[in-house]
Amino acid sequence: MSPAIEVRDLVKRFGRVEAVRGISFTVARGSTCALLGGNGAGKTTTLSMLLGVLLPSAGSVRVLGEDIGRHRYRVLGRMNFTSPYVDLPKKLTVEENLRMFARLYGVRDMKRRIAALAAELDLADILARAYGTLSAGMRTRVSVAKALLNEPELILLDEPTASLDPDVGDRVRAQLLDYRRRTGATMLLASHNMPEVERMCDAVLMMRAGRIVDSGAPAELIARYGRSTMEEVFLDVARRPEPAGATAPGGLREDDE
Amino acid sequence: MTPPAVLALRRMYAMVLRHLYLFRKSWIRVLEMAYWPTMQMVLWGFIAKFLATNSSWVAQVPGLLVSALLLWEVLFRGQLGVALSFFEELYARNLGHLFVSPLRPLELVASMIAVSFFRTAIGVGAAIALAVALYRYSIFDLGVPLVTFFANLLVCGWAIGLMVAALVMRYGLAAENFAWGAIFVAAPVSGIYYPISVLPDWLQAVAWCLPTSHVFEGMRAVLLERTFLWREFWTAVGLNVLYVAAGIALFLAAFNGARRRGMLLQIGE
Repeated sequence: MSPAIEVRDLVKRFGRVEAVRGISFTVARGSTCALLGGNGAGKTTTLSMLLGVLLPSAGSVRVLGEDIGRHRYRVLGRMNFTSPYVDLPKKLTVEENLRMFARLYGVRDMKRRIAALAAELDLADILARAYGTLSAGMRTRVSVAKALLNEPELILLDEPTASLDPDVGDRVRAQLLDYRRRTGATMLLASHNMPEVERMCDAVLMMRAGRIVDSGAPAELIARYGRSTMEEVFLDVARRPEPAGATAPGGLREDDE
Repeated sequence: MTPPAVLALRRMYAMVLRHLYLFRKSWIRVLEMAYWPTMQMVLWGFIAKFLATNSSWVAQVPGLLVSALLLWEVLFRGQLGVALSFFEELYARNLGHLFVSPLRPLELVASMIAVSFFRTAIGVGAAIALAVALYRYSIFDLGVPLVTFFANLLVCGWAIGLMVAALVMRYGLAAENFAWGAIFVAAPVSGIYYPISVLPDWLQAVAWCLPTSHVFEGMRAVLLERTFLWREFWTAVGLNVLYVAAGIALFLAAFNGARRRGMLLQIGE
Protein backbone atom coordinates (compact mmCIF):
# COMPACT_ATOMS: atom_id res chain seq x y z
CA MET A 1 0.00 0.00 0.00
CA SER A 2 1.28 3.47 -0.88
CA PRO A 3 2.19 5.85 1.96
CA ALA A 4 -0.49 8.27 3.13
CA ILE A 5 1.73 11.17 2.07
CA GLU A 6 4.63 11.07 -0.35
CA VAL A 7 6.48 14.32 -1.03
CA ARG A 8 9.36 14.57 -3.49
CA ASP A 9 11.69 17.56 -4.01
CA LEU A 10 8.95 20.00 -3.09
CA VAL A 11 9.75 23.65 -3.67
CA LYS A 12 7.63 26.77 -3.18
CA ARG A 13 8.85 30.19 -4.17
CA PHE A 14 7.00 33.44 -3.56
CA GLY A 15 8.83 35.80 -5.87
CA ARG A 16 12.45 35.70 -4.72
CA VAL A 17 11.63 34.09 -1.39
CA GLU A 18 11.99 30.32 -1.31
CA ALA A 19 9.61 29.28 1.48
CA VAL A 20 10.04 25.53 0.95
CA ARG A 21 13.39 24.34 -0.42
CA GLY A 22 13.21 20.94 -2.03
CA ILE A 23 11.87 18.80 0.79
CA SER A 24 11.12 15.08 0.50
CA PHE A 25 9.41 12.85 3.02
CA THR A 26 6.83 10.14 3.43
CA VAL A 27 4.22 9.56 6.11
CA ALA A 28 3.18 5.94 6.62
CA ARG A 29 -0.51 5.02 6.73
CA GLY A 30 -1.90 4.85 10.23
CA SER A 31 0.88 6.92 11.75
CA THR A 32 0.80 10.35 13.38
CA CYS A 33 3.54 12.63 12.20
CA ALA A 34 4.43 16.11 13.45
CA LEU A 35 5.77 18.92 11.34
CA LEU A 36 7.81 21.08 13.70
CA GLY A 37 9.66 24.32 13.24
CA GLY A 38 9.75 27.93 14.30
CA ASN A 39 7.63 30.66 12.76
CA GLY A 40 8.40 30.96 9.05
CA ALA A 41 9.98 27.51 8.84
CA GLY A 42 7.59 26.51 6.05
CA LYS A 43 5.11 24.30 7.94
CA THR A 44 1.91 26.06 6.86
CA THR A 45 3.21 26.39 3.29
CA THR A 46 3.86 22.66 3.25
CA LEU A 47 0.43 21.85 4.71
CA SER A 48 -1.21 24.11 2.11
CA MET A 49 0.53 22.22 -0.70
CA LEU A 50 -0.57 18.89 0.80
CA LEU A 51 -4.17 20.17 0.74
CA GLY A 52 -3.81 21.34 -2.84
CA VAL A 53 -4.76 24.94 -2.02
CA LEU A 54 -1.23 26.07 -2.87
CA LEU A 55 0.49 25.05 -6.09
CA PRO A 56 4.14 23.99 -5.72
CA SER A 57 6.85 25.71 -7.78
CA ALA A 58 8.50 22.30 -8.27
CA GLY A 59 8.29 18.74 -6.99
CA SER A 60 5.43 16.38 -6.44
CA VAL A 61 2.89 15.56 -3.72
CA ARG A 62 0.99 12.29 -3.56
CA VAL A 63 -1.76 12.00 -0.99
CA LEU A 64 -3.50 8.64 -0.35
CA GLY A 65 -1.90 7.39 -3.56
CA GLU A 66 -3.13 10.25 -5.76
CA ASP A 67 -1.20 13.14 -7.30
CA ILE A 68 -2.77 16.08 -5.46
CA GLY A 69 -1.92 18.45 -8.32
CA ARG A 70 -3.82 16.40 -10.90
CA HIS A 71 -6.46 14.52 -8.96
CA ARG A 72 -7.20 16.77 -6.02
CA TYR A 73 -10.91 16.09 -5.98
CA ARG A 74 -10.40 12.33 -5.82
CA VAL A 75 -8.81 12.66 -2.39
CA LEU A 76 -10.35 15.75 -0.78
CA GLY A 77 -13.39 13.75 0.29
CA ARG A 78 -11.13 11.20 2.01
CA MET A 79 -9.19 13.73 4.04
CA ASN A 80 -9.99 16.71 6.25
CA PHE A 81 -8.33 19.66 7.87
CA THR A 82 -8.60 21.94 10.85
CA SER A 83 -6.79 25.12 11.76
CA PRO A 84 -7.38 27.90 14.27
CA TYR A 85 -6.69 30.36 11.44
CA VAL A 86 -9.68 29.29 9.35
CA ASP A 87 -13.12 29.84 10.83
CA LEU A 88 -16.65 28.58 10.39
CA PRO A 89 -19.67 30.84 9.70
CA LYS A 90 -20.32 32.55 13.02
CA LYS A 91 -24.05 33.22 12.63
CA LEU A 92 -24.84 29.59 11.92
CA THR A 93 -25.41 27.23 14.82
CA VAL A 94 -22.97 24.42 15.50
CA GLU A 95 -25.45 21.92 14.07
CA GLU A 96 -26.07 23.99 10.92
CA ASN A 97 -22.33 24.23 10.36
CA LEU A 98 -21.86 20.50 10.79
CA ARG A 99 -24.83 19.78 8.50
CA MET A 100 -23.41 22.03 5.81
CA PHE A 101 -20.01 20.33 5.88
CA ALA A 102 -21.59 16.87 6.15
CA ARG A 103 -23.37 17.60 2.86
CA LEU A 104 -20.20 18.99 1.29
CA TYR A 105 -18.34 15.80 2.21
CA GLY A 106 -21.22 13.54 1.15
CA VAL A 107 -21.62 12.04 4.64
CA ARG A 108 -24.20 9.27 4.75
CA ASP A 109 -26.61 9.19 7.65
CA MET A 110 -25.72 12.73 8.55
CA LYS A 111 -27.93 12.94 11.64
CA ARG A 112 -26.40 9.87 13.23
CA ARG A 113 -22.86 10.98 12.45
CA ILE A 114 -23.41 14.44 13.95
CA ALA A 115 -25.06 12.93 17.04
CA ALA A 116 -22.13 10.53 17.48
CA LEU A 117 -19.56 13.32 17.18
CA ALA A 118 -21.57 15.53 19.52
CA ALA A 119 -21.46 12.76 22.11
CA GLU A 120 -17.76 12.03 21.61
CA LEU A 121 -16.65 15.65 21.70
CA ASP A 122 -19.14 16.80 24.32
CA LEU A 123 -20.98 19.12 21.92
CA ALA A 124 -24.56 18.04 22.58
CA ASP A 125 -25.36 21.06 24.75
CA ILE A 126 -24.04 23.58 22.25
CA LEU A 127 -25.45 22.17 18.99
CA ALA A 128 -28.16 24.84 18.92
CA ARG A 129 -25.82 27.72 19.75
CA ALA A 130 -24.40 30.10 17.15
CA TYR A 131 -20.75 29.25 16.44
CA GLY A 132 -19.76 32.90 16.96
CA THR A 133 -20.97 32.86 20.57
CA LEU A 134 -18.70 29.99 21.60
CA SER A 135 -15.49 30.18 23.61
CA ALA A 136 -12.15 29.36 21.92
CA GLY A 137 -12.18 25.91 23.47
CA MET A 138 -15.68 25.13 22.23
CA ARG A 139 -14.84 26.41 18.76
CA THR A 140 -11.82 24.16 18.59
CA ARG A 141 -13.94 21.16 19.52
CA VAL A 142 -16.43 22.08 16.80
CA SER A 143 -13.58 22.42 14.28
CA VAL A 144 -12.30 19.00 15.29
CA ALA A 145 -15.84 17.60 14.87
CA LYS A 146 -15.95 19.15 11.40
CA ALA A 147 -12.57 17.53 10.63
CA LEU A 148 -13.87 14.10 11.69
CA LEU A 149 -17.29 14.35 9.97
CA ASN A 150 -16.37 12.36 6.88
CA GLU A 151 -14.36 9.78 8.86
CA PRO A 152 -11.22 10.82 6.98
CA GLU A 153 -8.33 8.51 6.20
CA LEU A 154 -5.98 11.46 6.58
CA ILE A 155 -6.33 14.49 8.84
CA LEU A 156 -4.13 17.56 8.59
CA LEU A 157 -4.13 19.47 11.84
CA ASP A 158 -2.65 22.93 12.04
CA GLU A 159 -2.03 23.69 15.73
CA PRO A 160 -5.05 21.63 16.84
CA THR A 161 -4.87 22.67 20.49
CA ALA A 162 -3.67 26.27 20.16
CA SER A 163 -5.41 28.60 22.63
CA LEU A 164 -6.95 25.73 24.60
CA ASP A 165 -6.61 25.33 28.34
CA PRO A 166 -4.74 22.16 29.43
CA ASP A 167 -7.94 20.32 30.29
CA VAL A 168 -9.70 20.93 26.96
CA GLY A 169 -6.43 20.44 25.07
CA ASP A 170 -5.97 17.08 26.74
CA ARG A 171 -9.51 16.01 25.88
CA VAL A 172 -9.13 17.01 22.23
CA ARG A 173 -5.86 15.05 22.00
CA ALA A 174 -7.54 12.03 23.59
CA GLN A 175 -10.36 12.22 21.03
CA LEU A 176 -7.95 12.41 18.12
CA LEU A 177 -5.93 9.48 19.43
CA ASP A 178 -9.09 7.49 19.99
CA TYR A 179 -10.21 8.24 16.43
CA ARG A 180 -6.87 7.06 15.08
CA ARG A 181 -7.00 3.88 17.17
CA ARG A 182 -10.51 3.05 15.96
CA THR A 183 -10.07 3.86 12.28
CA GLY A 184 -6.37 3.52 11.54
CA ALA A 185 -6.36 7.04 10.08
CA THR A 186 -3.18 8.97 9.42
CA MET A 187 -2.54 12.36 11.03
CA LEU A 188 -0.10 15.08 10.19
CA LEU A 189 0.02 17.94 12.62
CA ALA A 190 1.86 21.21 12.74
CA SER A 191 2.30 22.19 16.36
CA HIS A 192 4.34 24.26 18.76
CA ASN A 193 3.17 22.18 21.70
CA MET A 194 6.03 19.74 22.34
CA PRO A 195 4.37 17.62 25.06
CA GLU A 196 1.52 17.13 22.57
CA VAL A 197 4.00 15.93 19.95
CA GLU A 198 5.62 13.51 22.40
CA ARG A 199 2.24 12.12 23.38
CA MET A 200 0.64 11.83 19.96
CA CYS A 201 3.31 11.33 17.33
CA ASP A 202 5.20 8.33 15.99
CA ALA A 203 7.41 10.49 13.79
CA VAL A 204 8.64 14.07 13.68
CA LEU A 205 9.87 16.18 10.77
CA MET A 206 11.87 19.17 11.94
CA MET A 207 11.77 22.13 9.57
CA ARG A 208 13.93 25.17 9.49
CA ALA A 209 14.12 27.86 6.83
CA GLY A 210 12.13 25.78 4.34
CA ARG A 211 14.17 22.60 4.80
CA ILE A 212 13.70 19.41 6.77
CA VAL A 213 16.77 19.44 8.98
CA ASP A 214 16.07 16.32 11.01
CA SER A 215 13.52 13.57 11.44
CA GLY A 216 12.75 10.50 13.51
CA ALA A 217 10.60 9.23 16.33
CA PRO A 218 10.36 11.62 19.33
CA ALA A 219 12.28 9.20 21.58
CA GLU A 220 15.00 8.78 18.94
CA LEU A 221 15.42 12.52 18.53
CA ILE A 222 15.54 13.06 22.29
CA ALA A 223 18.24 10.38 22.60
CA ARG A 224 20.18 11.66 19.59
CA TYR A 225 20.37 15.19 20.91
CA GLY A 226 21.10 13.99 24.47
CA ARG A 227 18.08 15.84 25.83
CA SER A 228 15.16 14.89 28.04
CA THR A 229 12.24 16.50 26.17
CA MET A 230 11.20 17.43 22.63
CA GLU A 231 11.06 21.04 23.77
CA GLU A 232 14.84 20.96 24.35
CA VAL A 233 15.40 19.25 21.00
CA PHE A 234 13.28 21.93 19.32
CA LEU A 235 15.38 24.69 20.91
CA ASP A 236 18.64 22.99 19.90
CA VAL A 237 17.48 22.80 16.29
CA ALA A 238 16.07 26.32 16.24
CA ARG A 239 19.16 27.94 17.77
CA ARG A 240 22.02 26.08 16.15
CA PRO A 241 23.87 27.72 13.24
CA GLU A 242 22.48 27.15 9.74
CA PRO A 243 23.57 23.65 8.64
CA ALA A 244 25.79 23.43 5.57
CA GLY A 245 24.13 21.59 2.65
CA ALA A 246 21.22 19.33 3.19
CA THR A 247 22.70 16.93 5.69
CA ALA A 248 21.23 16.97 9.15
CA PRO A 249 23.48 16.60 12.26
CA GLY A 250 22.22 13.14 12.96
CA GLY A 251 23.58 12.02 9.60
CA LEU A 252 20.12 11.87 8.04
CA ARG A 253 19.50 13.33 4.64
CA GLU A 254 16.34 15.35 4.08
CA ASP A 255 14.45 12.48 2.51
CA ASP A 256 15.35 9.91 5.15
CA GLU A 257 12.49 8.86 7.38
CA MET B 1 -22.47 4.21 -4.71
CA THR B 2 -23.88 7.71 -5.14
CA PRO B 3 -23.48 9.10 -8.68
CA PRO B 4 -21.08 12.09 -8.96
CA ALA B 5 -23.86 14.35 -10.29
CA VAL B 6 -25.97 13.69 -7.19
CA LEU B 7 -22.98 14.43 -4.95
CA ALA B 8 -22.39 17.67 -6.85
CA LEU B 9 -26.05 18.66 -6.38
CA ARG B 10 -25.79 17.90 -2.66
CA ARG B 11 -22.72 20.12 -2.35
CA MET B 12 -24.47 22.98 -4.14
CA TYR B 13 -27.53 22.47 -1.96
CA ALA B 14 -25.29 22.61 1.12
CA MET B 15 -24.00 26.01 0.05
CA VAL B 16 -27.49 27.34 -0.72
CA LEU B 17 -28.74 26.02 2.60
CA ARG B 18 -25.89 27.79 4.38
CA HIS B 19 -27.29 31.12 3.16
CA LEU B 20 -30.91 30.18 3.81
CA TYR B 21 -29.97 29.37 7.43
CA LEU B 22 -28.53 32.87 7.61
CA PHE B 23 -31.61 34.59 6.13
CA ARG B 24 -33.97 32.58 8.32
CA LYS B 25 -32.47 33.89 11.53
CA SER B 26 -31.63 37.42 10.43
CA TRP B 27 -34.72 39.45 9.50
CA ILE B 28 -32.51 42.52 9.17
CA ARG B 29 -30.68 40.90 6.24
CA VAL B 30 -33.97 40.16 4.51
CA LEU B 31 -35.19 43.69 5.18
CA GLU B 32 -31.96 45.09 3.75
CA MET B 33 -32.51 43.12 0.53
CA ALA B 34 -35.87 44.79 0.00
CA TYR B 35 -34.97 48.23 1.39
CA TRP B 36 -33.17 49.90 -1.54
CA PRO B 37 -35.30 48.52 -4.36
CA THR B 38 -38.38 49.70 -2.46
CA MET B 39 -36.97 53.16 -1.69
CA GLN B 40 -35.88 53.63 -5.29
CA MET B 41 -39.24 52.52 -6.55
CA VAL B 42 -41.13 54.93 -4.25
CA LEU B 43 -38.94 57.86 -5.33
CA TRP B 44 -39.07 57.11 -9.05
CA GLY B 45 -42.72 56.22 -8.87
CA PHE B 46 -43.65 59.71 -7.70
CA ILE B 47 -41.29 61.33 -10.21
CA ALA B 48 -42.96 59.28 -12.96
CA LYS B 49 -46.39 60.26 -11.67
CA PHE B 50 -45.44 63.92 -11.88
CA LEU B 51 -43.84 63.58 -15.31
CA ALA B 52 -46.86 61.73 -16.62
CA THR B 53 -48.81 64.99 -16.48
CA ASN B 54 -45.91 67.19 -17.62
CA SER B 55 -44.10 65.16 -20.29
CA SER B 56 -45.68 63.95 -23.48
CA TRP B 57 -43.18 61.07 -23.88
CA VAL B 58 -43.57 59.62 -20.40
CA ALA B 59 -47.29 60.31 -20.51
CA GLN B 60 -47.67 57.81 -23.37
CA VAL B 61 -47.13 54.96 -20.95
CA PRO B 62 -47.50 55.56 -17.22
CA GLY B 63 -45.42 52.52 -16.23
CA LEU B 64 -42.38 53.35 -18.36
CA LEU B 65 -40.11 54.71 -15.65
CA VAL B 66 -41.31 52.33 -12.95
CA SER B 67 -40.76 49.33 -15.26
CA ALA B 68 -37.28 50.60 -16.12
CA LEU B 69 -36.46 51.05 -12.46
CA LEU B 70 -37.71 47.61 -11.44
CA LEU B 71 -35.80 45.93 -14.26
CA TRP B 72 -32.67 47.86 -13.33
CA GLU B 73 -33.06 46.54 -9.78
CA VAL B 74 -33.19 42.99 -11.17
CA LEU B 75 -29.78 43.57 -12.75
CA PHE B 76 -28.31 45.29 -9.69
CA ARG B 77 -29.69 42.80 -7.15
CA GLY B 78 -28.61 39.86 -9.33
CA GLN B 79 -25.05 41.16 -9.40
CA LEU B 80 -25.04 42.04 -5.72
CA GLY B 81 -26.49 38.65 -4.80
CA VAL B 82 -23.57 36.78 -6.36
CA ALA B 83 -20.92 39.13 -4.96
CA LEU B 84 -22.39 39.19 -1.44
CA SER B 85 -22.70 35.40 -1.28
CA PHE B 86 -18.97 35.24 -1.91
CA PHE B 87 -18.24 38.03 0.57
CA GLU B 88 -20.16 36.16 3.29
CA GLU B 89 -17.53 33.41 3.11
CA LEU B 90 -14.74 35.97 3.28
CA TYR B 91 -16.28 37.75 6.27
CA ALA B 92 -16.72 34.37 7.99
CA ARG B 93 -13.10 33.35 7.13
CA ASN B 94 -14.65 30.14 5.86
CA LEU B 95 -13.19 29.97 2.34
CA GLY B 96 -10.26 27.88 3.55
CA HIS B 97 -12.61 25.18 4.80
CA LEU B 98 -14.65 25.29 1.59
CA PHE B 99 -11.67 25.02 -0.72
CA VAL B 100 -10.21 22.02 1.11
CA SER B 101 -13.58 20.26 0.90
CA PRO B 102 -14.75 18.40 -2.24
CA LEU B 103 -16.67 21.53 -3.33
CA ARG B 104 -15.55 22.46 -6.87
CA PRO B 105 -15.18 26.14 -7.83
CA LEU B 106 -17.93 25.74 -10.45
CA GLU B 107 -20.25 24.30 -7.81
CA LEU B 108 -19.53 27.31 -5.64
CA VAL B 109 -20.38 29.55 -8.62
CA ALA B 110 -23.67 27.67 -9.18
CA SER B 111 -24.62 28.01 -5.51
CA MET B 112 -23.82 31.74 -5.51
CA ILE B 113 -26.09 32.13 -8.54
CA ALA B 114 -28.91 30.22 -6.82
CA VAL B 115 -28.59 32.39 -3.69
CA SER B 116 -28.58 35.48 -5.89
CA PHE B 117 -31.89 34.34 -7.37
CA PHE B 118 -33.45 34.20 -3.88
CA ARG B 119 -32.00 37.57 -2.91
CA THR B 120 -33.28 39.20 -6.10
CA ALA B 121 -36.73 37.65 -5.74
CA ILE B 122 -37.04 39.01 -2.19
CA GLY B 123 -35.64 42.46 -3.01
CA VAL B 124 -37.44 43.13 -6.26
CA GLY B 125 -40.57 41.25 -5.22
CA ALA B 126 -41.20 43.71 -2.40
CA ALA B 127 -40.76 46.68 -4.75
CA ILE B 128 -43.09 45.13 -7.35
CA ALA B 129 -45.78 44.62 -4.73
CA LEU B 130 -45.44 48.19 -3.50
CA ALA B 131 -45.72 49.54 -7.05
CA VAL B 132 -49.10 47.88 -7.30
CA ALA B 133 -50.20 49.28 -3.95
CA LEU B 134 -48.96 52.84 -4.51
CA TYR B 135 -49.41 53.45 -8.24
CA ARG B 136 -51.76 50.67 -9.30
CA TYR B 137 -49.05 49.65 -11.71
CA SER B 138 -48.14 45.99 -12.14
CA ILE B 139 -44.98 45.18 -14.05
CA PHE B 140 -46.67 41.88 -14.91
CA ASP B 141 -48.74 43.90 -17.40
CA LEU B 142 -45.69 43.55 -19.64
CA GLY B 143 -46.81 39.96 -20.11
CA VAL B 144 -44.60 37.13 -21.37
CA PRO B 145 -41.81 39.46 -22.58
CA LEU B 146 -41.21 40.35 -18.94
CA VAL B 147 -39.79 36.85 -18.39
CA THR B 148 -37.19 37.42 -21.10
CA PHE B 149 -36.25 40.83 -19.67
CA PHE B 150 -35.93 39.39 -16.17
CA ALA B 151 -33.86 36.44 -17.36
CA ASN B 152 -31.47 38.48 -19.48
CA LEU B 153 -30.87 41.09 -16.79
CA LEU B 154 -30.45 38.49 -14.06
CA VAL B 155 -27.89 36.57 -16.11
CA CYS B 156 -26.03 39.78 -16.93
CA GLY B 157 -26.02 40.66 -13.20
CA TRP B 158 -24.57 37.23 -12.37
CA ALA B 159 -21.81 37.70 -14.92
CA ILE B 160 -20.82 41.06 -13.44
CA GLY B 161 -21.12 39.62 -9.90
CA LEU B 162 -18.67 36.85 -10.80
CA MET B 163 -16.24 39.42 -12.17
CA VAL B 164 -16.46 41.39 -8.91
CA ALA B 165 -15.93 38.18 -6.87
CA ALA B 166 -12.87 37.42 -9.04
CA LEU B 167 -11.54 40.91 -8.38
CA VAL B 168 -11.94 40.42 -4.63
CA MET B 169 -10.29 37.00 -4.77
CA ARG B 170 -7.36 38.67 -6.54
CA TYR B 171 -7.05 41.88 -4.52
CA GLY B 172 -8.79 40.99 -1.23
CA LEU B 173 -11.57 42.88 0.51
CA ALA B 174 -9.94 46.16 -0.52
CA ALA B 175 -11.83 45.66 -3.79
CA GLU B 176 -15.13 45.05 -1.97
CA ASN B 177 -16.62 48.43 -2.90
CA PHE B 178 -16.71 47.41 -6.55
CA ALA B 179 -19.67 45.23 -5.62
CA TRP B 180 -21.67 48.39 -4.98
CA GLY B 181 -20.23 50.55 -7.73
CA ALA B 182 -19.24 48.34 -10.68
CA ILE B 183 -22.71 48.11 -12.16
CA PHE B 184 -23.14 51.89 -12.29
CA VAL B 185 -20.49 52.08 -15.02
CA ALA B 186 -23.06 50.36 -17.23
CA ALA B 187 -26.01 52.50 -16.10
CA PRO B 188 -25.55 55.60 -18.31
CA VAL B 189 -25.02 53.53 -21.46
CA SER B 190 -27.74 50.96 -20.80
CA GLY B 191 -30.55 53.32 -21.77
CA ILE B 192 -32.54 52.53 -18.67
CA TYR B 193 -34.68 55.67 -18.66
CA TYR B 194 -34.00 57.00 -22.18
CA PRO B 195 -33.47 55.54 -25.66
CA ILE B 196 -29.92 54.68 -26.74
CA SER B 197 -30.39 57.13 -29.62
CA VAL B 198 -29.89 60.08 -27.25
CA LEU B 199 -26.29 59.04 -26.64
CA PRO B 200 -23.46 60.39 -28.81
CA ASP B 201 -22.68 58.10 -31.75
CA TRP B 202 -19.42 56.77 -30.29
CA LEU B 203 -21.15 55.98 -26.99
CA GLN B 204 -23.98 54.22 -28.80
CA ALA B 205 -21.39 51.81 -30.17
CA VAL B 206 -20.33 51.05 -26.59
CA ALA B 207 -23.96 50.74 -25.46
CA TRP B 208 -24.79 48.10 -28.07
CA CYS B 209 -22.02 45.91 -26.66
CA LEU B 210 -23.99 45.58 -23.42
CA PRO B 211 -26.86 43.08 -23.07
CA THR B 212 -28.65 45.61 -20.84
CA SER B 213 -29.13 48.22 -23.57
CA HIS B 214 -30.87 45.63 -25.75
CA VAL B 215 -33.16 44.64 -22.89
CA PHE B 216 -34.22 48.22 -22.13
CA GLU B 217 -34.77 48.98 -25.82
CA GLY B 218 -36.91 45.87 -25.96
CA MET B 219 -38.85 46.98 -22.89
CA ARG B 220 -39.64 50.35 -24.45
CA ALA B 221 -40.76 48.67 -27.67
CA VAL B 222 -43.22 46.51 -25.70
CA LEU B 223 -44.56 49.44 -23.68
CA LEU B 224 -44.66 52.10 -26.40
CA GLU B 225 -45.28 50.10 -29.57
CA ARG B 226 -46.69 46.83 -28.24
CA THR B 227 -43.97 45.00 -30.20
CA PHE B 228 -41.56 42.36 -29.00
CA LEU B 229 -38.20 42.85 -30.71
CA TRP B 230 -36.80 39.37 -31.23
CA ARG B 231 -33.56 40.79 -32.59
CA GLU B 232 -32.90 42.71 -29.37
CA PHE B 233 -33.76 39.62 -27.34
CA TRP B 234 -31.39 37.31 -29.21
CA THR B 235 -28.60 39.90 -29.23
CA ALA B 236 -28.94 40.22 -25.45
CA VAL B 237 -28.86 36.41 -25.10
CA GLY B 238 -25.74 36.17 -27.28
CA LEU B 239 -23.96 38.91 -25.38
CA ASN B 240 -24.94 37.32 -22.06
CA VAL B 241 -23.37 34.04 -23.12
CA LEU B 242 -20.12 35.91 -23.71
CA TYR B 243 -20.39 37.87 -20.45
CA VAL B 244 -21.14 34.79 -18.33
CA ALA B 245 -18.30 32.88 -19.99
CA ALA B 246 -15.99 35.82 -19.22
CA GLY B 247 -17.27 35.99 -15.60
CA ILE B 248 -16.69 32.27 -15.01
CA ALA B 249 -13.28 32.37 -16.73
CA LEU B 250 -12.21 35.33 -14.56
CA PHE B 251 -13.45 33.63 -11.39
CA LEU B 252 -11.55 30.42 -12.23
CA ALA B 253 -8.43 32.40 -13.19
CA ALA B 254 -8.60 34.26 -9.87
CA PHE B 255 -9.04 30.93 -8.05
CA ASN B 256 -5.99 29.43 -9.77
CA GLY B 257 -4.02 32.62 -9.17
CA ALA B 258 -4.90 32.44 -5.47
CA ARG B 259 -3.72 28.82 -5.45
CA ARG B 260 -0.38 29.90 -6.92
CA ARG B 261 0.05 32.76 -4.45
CA GLY B 262 -1.15 30.81 -1.42
CA MET B 263 -4.11 33.10 -0.75
CA LEU B 264 -6.94 30.56 -0.48
CA LEU B 265 -6.45 29.94 3.24
CA GLN B 266 -6.03 33.61 4.03
CA ILE B 267 -8.02 35.79 1.63
CA GLY B 268 -9.29 38.81 3.50
CA GLU B 269 -8.23 42.38 3.96
